[in-house]
Amino acid sequence: MKTSLNRHRNIIDFALSSLLRRKMKNFSLLAVYTLIIFVIASLLFFVNALKREAALVLADAPDMVVQRLMAGRHDLIPAAYAEKIRALPGVSTVTPRLWGYYYDPVFGANYTLTVPPRPAVEPGNILVGAEVSLNQRVRVGDMVAFRTSAHIPLLLTVKGIYPAASNLVAADLVVMSPEDFQAMFNLPADRATDLAVTVANPRELATVAAKIVEFFPDTRPILKSEMLRTYDAIFDWRGGMMVVILTAAVLSFVIFAWDKATGLSAEERREIGILKSIGWETADVLYLKFWEGIVISLSAFLLGGLLAYGHVFFFSASLFEHALKGWAVLYPKFKLVPAVDSYHLAVLFFLTVLPYTVATIVPAWLAATVDPDAAMRS
Amino acid sequence: MRKSDLFLIFTACCGIIFILMLLYSHHDQATAHAELCDRARLARELMLTDLCLFTEARYTRHPSMADLHSPFQDHPFSLEHFPSGSFISPPALSER
Repeated sequence: MKTSLNRHRNIIDFALSSLLRRKMKNFSLLAVYTLIIFVIASLLFFVNALKREAALVLADAPDMVVQRLMAGRHDLIPAAYAEKIRALPGVSTVTPRLWGYYYDPVFGANYTLTVPPRPAVEPGNILVGAEVSLNQRVRVGDMVAFRTSAHIPLLLTVKGIYPAASNLVAADLVVMSPEDFQAMFNLPADRATDLAVTVANPRELATVAAKIVEFFPDTRPILKSEMLRTYDAIFDWRGGMMVVILTAAVLSFVIFAWDKATGLSAEERREIGILKSIGWETADVLYLKFWEGIVISLSAFLLGGLLAYGHVFFFSASLFEHALKGWAVLYPKFKLVPAVDSYHLAVLFFLTVLPYTVATIVPAWLAATVDPDAAMRS
Repeated sequence: MRKSDLFLIFTACCGIIFILMLLYSHHDQATAHAELCDRARLARELMLTDLCLFTEARYTRHPSMADLHSPFQDHPFSLEHFPSGSFISPPALSER
């Protein structure tokens, strides 16, 4: 046992010396390899944490939201629909929701204006998200001027600011009273943006949704399960940028592995020839190449994984920020709750470390089985 | 010190940090639970249906509420021009 351990330690010593002889090549290889694993791991951590957050935060979302569609677009829903839906068997509550968007031409940002079902502020007052307060440069007690649909300024006092910890749900929110909302958009009094429906028995949701569509063919019920599935699908690996990043990273890795698998350099062949001529066995040469592969790939995996963890959970995935921000002026900065899936890490390990190690051993095995004299002369 | 020892110490340290990272992610979930509960409470009180991830277009701000062809609403051959739109895959087909 001890002899075997010592043998491997000697081989690792030799493998490290051999790698350090080609310092520039191997350090640049390690850096690029680490970078590839960092990008893939960052993406996995980020997407996994976001999906988990969505599932937990939206667990208490309305059971069903009923929209009205007009000419294929979302339209305001008459309040009379609420009364008829409330009368359906199985329906517990129907709450008209008032919400909309406001584009601020001064700061160039889009805000989400919403009215809570239970009044949270008096008319003339608002609660704002942390990013809205930063964007508008306002504090509690300051006045904000919004332009109504009739282009009349509406002065509102900031009564409270949601903490930055709630950015993931409230960064762009402006919570106001129903009166101010009506004044902002000149909304007809008997209309709402949509209806939030609660059903006593969740198993009846599909039946209630079918009845709503039957009674009101111009409506579109959206179930909570569909909202949650949207966030499961939102960062699906097939989604646009996701597939581009993954393909680029996987292709770079394939190029590495291919470069290794297609053969050894003349110098490496000569080295194998010399080792065999001084008494190394084929198994020792294969161990040497195995450890060379492990030193590079395992180090890259560990470093890339650790850097990705720091990037996503300590630095809020700042490298992805520009891609995620797009044209938006208001970008919610949020700190994700660490959620690392060991299954994902295991898949990443087996897809990166093992192929590279195998790609290192195979050409070495081909070179080690030829005559040492022929290997040195080649 | 032998090079092999240095490598083994480096790998062991990284491995330990890696395991701590997995453990910390569980530990930190407990400490972040209060903040998470606040977010969930806010979503419940305001009856929110979506996370605030992309604010540039209404169908990326509220993807679960967007109608199915909203990215192409300007005209039938209108191409998607909001970068975040390229992140979002088409909504899953309804189970109903």
